[in-house]
Amino acid sequence: MARTRYAPDRGLTVRMTATMFLLGLVFVAFVALIIGILVAVHASAAAIVFFALIFGGGTAVVSLFYSDKIALAAAGAQEVSPQEEPELHGMVDRLCALADMDKPRVAIAPADMPNAFATGRNSKNSVLVVTEGLRRRLEPDELEGVLAHELSHVAHKDVQVMTYASLLAIVAGLLVRFAFYSELFGGGRRGNDQNSFPIILAIMAVSAVVYAISFLLIRLLSRYRELAADRSGAQLTGRPSSLISALQKVSTGMAKIPSQDLRAAEPLNAFYFAPAMKLNGGASLSTLFSTHPSLEKRIEQLEKIQRELGQAGPPQ
Amino acid sequence: MGFLDTLFGRTKPVQPKLDDLFALPSAAITLEAATGFTPTGSGSVCFRAVEGKTFSDIQAEVRDLLNMDAGKPGGGLPVEVTKDSYGFTWLVSSHLSDEMDALVTDLHAVNSALVDNGFGPQLLCTLVAFRDEQERRLALVYLYKRGTFYPFAPTSGQRRDNALELQVKGAVQEDLKIEQDLTKWFPVWGAPGL
Repeated sequence: MARTRYAPDRGLTVRMTATMFLLGLVFVAFVALIIGILVAVHASAAAIVFFALIFGGGTAVVSLFYSDKIALAAAGAQEVSPQEEPELHGMVDRLCALADMDKPRVAIAPADMPNAFATGRNSKNSVLVVTEGLRRRLEPDELEGVLAHELSHVAHKDVQVMTYASLLAIVAGLLVRFAFYSELFGGGRRGNDQNSFPIILAIMAVSAVVYAISFLLIRLLSRYRELAADRSGAQLTGRPSSLISALQKVSTGMAKIPSQDLRAAEPLNAFYFAPAMKLNGGASLSTLFSTHPSLEKRIEQLEKIQRELGQAGPPQ
Repeated sequence: MGFLDTLFGRTKPVQPKLDDLFALPSAAITLEAATGFTPTGSGSVCFRAVEGKTFSDIQAEVRDLLNMDAGKPGGGLPVEVTKDSYGFTWLVSSHLSDEMDALVTDLHAVNSALVDNGFGPQLLCTLVAFRDEQERRLALVYLYKRGTFYPFAPTSGQRRDNALELQVKGAVQEDLKIEQDLTKWFPVWGAPGL
């Protein structure tokens, strides 16, 4: 079967595997260290770790199951029916039939910021949201490119993958906070327990380091997932150039947005089409922290797909 | 999608299923017997054109191939190529109403040309048009990726006659693989050839 016009990017797969492996490694090391610390001192801090795990796990489960509702509410988006928005629904219908996937619900957010996102733990529970600003600024074929990108996020179950990946960071972050407060408020009462202070300090230090590392790894993973969604989206529509021009329009539009909107958009950032927040650090630092790959990188990949699709004969 | 594909964020483009299309001629006879709808003789293939010359060359080749016996007995009219507002391309083939076999052969020629050149994933749907004595319009739509059919009966404006569609579903479900998931019966308003 000649299908290699739509080849997956092996390099991207390898880099993504490495990132996920590192995340797993950090997780295992983290658990081992915490257990090690607790065992070494027979400690009383187990309750803190336990609570952090319960809270962290709970947060993840809630955000997984309610991600669509949370995101809709946060963006102020309204679900629209096919009767209200036949054009938009028609576009999604066709893309879903082309990709043979379940059709997500479609919603429109009133924001003027040109952007789109998809959320929900699986394709049955997903919502595809586009902002009014996006619909105003993009031509139909560019909008279709963006929708294909978002549908690829749904197909790749990115909300699930990113939630599981973030679990470690959530737990580690909670541990730092819990340990800090317990020292602040609980330390005095347990005057008889001389061991407690260094343990709490050690747990805080380990958690902080783990939080920092996993934060960077998650951002890296997020950038890879964006590239993967760009690739699948462009292959679905067969028009990488529409996605390129959409990206260019949205990125230049992004710069003009007032900062208040940007801050409000921050929690949803990981699932947006283009990052709604610009970091003001040095170039290298902002690349490291960014949830989305740079515009140049995304365009470079799309141009490569353009060449692959245009090859004279399908390579066997 | 498999677990690994999810993990790595890969989408395997879905290859079309082509064989079920050949069940159409016998379904058309059943449909006429049960509901009075007869084929208009026109049918169309809808696909998403890929940018670049390679694809447009293939498209031109297919058109020439189908036009070769246009005008001859059983050859039908020259094919029409149109682009809809969603950016999808429709190749419309028109025959006499009793040349269902020739029509399906034409449609299949488009499919195999795209598949042979590695563009199978671009195929969206095939549509065969029917009419009854009251001039009601009906189409049987074939979804390539699922290998299933569904009826589409547009009335005035952007409305569809769901009752008629369900009636047709009942009539032809012995002959055709009907799409059971009703959410996938998406409307193709203003489809050329309908």
